[in-house]
Amino acid sequence: MSSRRSRTRQPGCSRISDDQINDLVSKLQQLLPEIRDRRSDKVSAGNVLQETCNYIRSLHKEVDDLSERLSELLASTDTAQAAIIRSLLKQK
Amino acid sequence: MISKGATRNSNSRRIKFARRFVSALLHMRNQNPRPGSLSIEGSVRTRSQRIKIAAYLSMAQAVGSRRAWSRAVLSKLGSRARRHMRRMGRSSLGSLKKKRVIRSYSPGELGQAKKLRQLVPGGETMDICSLLEETAHYITCLATQVKVMQTLADNFSK
Repeated sequence: MSSRRSRTRQPGCSRISDDQINDLVSKLQQLLPEIRDRRSDKVSAGNVLQETCNYIRSLHKEVDDLSERLSELLASTDTAQAAIIRSLLKQK
Repeated sequence: MISKGATRNSNSRRIKFARRFVSALLHMRNQNPRPGSLSIEGSVRTRSQRIKIAAYLSMAQAVGSRRAWSRAVLSKLGSRARRHMRRMGRSSLGSLKKKRVIRSYSPGELGQAKKLRQLVPGGETMDICSLLEETAHYITCLATQVKVMQTLADNFSK
């Protein structure tokens, strides 16, 4: 099996090697909190993609909920200046 | 396994996002003292919808045009797109979607990749390699966005 490790970014690249895909999938795997904590070696590519979709959906949902919360808070808070400066200076 | 360069990048990105998003929030607060909808621009949206849009837009602006997903977000949510919609109605959006790049299908990834394409901005026309790369970057940025919004919400309510 000849696998080319070409890192070309052409939009229609026809020869995508398995190694390349495995690399990217494992990189993605490291970002997912679910799989990272599970520490199982038997994680298939399909599983990683599935978990990725779930994770993205949950992040979108969190953004929705936080937007709701912020909209309520924005309406009620008067002294927001100090809070804003505080958050901006927080460097985690 | 994050190199020092990557941490510096992610820090500056978080700060850029936080600044833009917070100034958008302040702008909203000063401009519209009445809670609820704003009908000046011709499209009625709740404040929380506008906050959500401001969040995604601020993050895409903080990332810039370097990434395919951020370019897709900027073209969808940017002010040019809004003006376009207002003048020519919703039919103009159809012409934006006509560009179809022939993807090369790699076997086995098709089922899950299709769902992923719908979730990642601009994912419809990417090849599988770009899709996976863009997804990784998109996820890190989304996580940052959520953390900053969480911090703001926590501080606002004190």
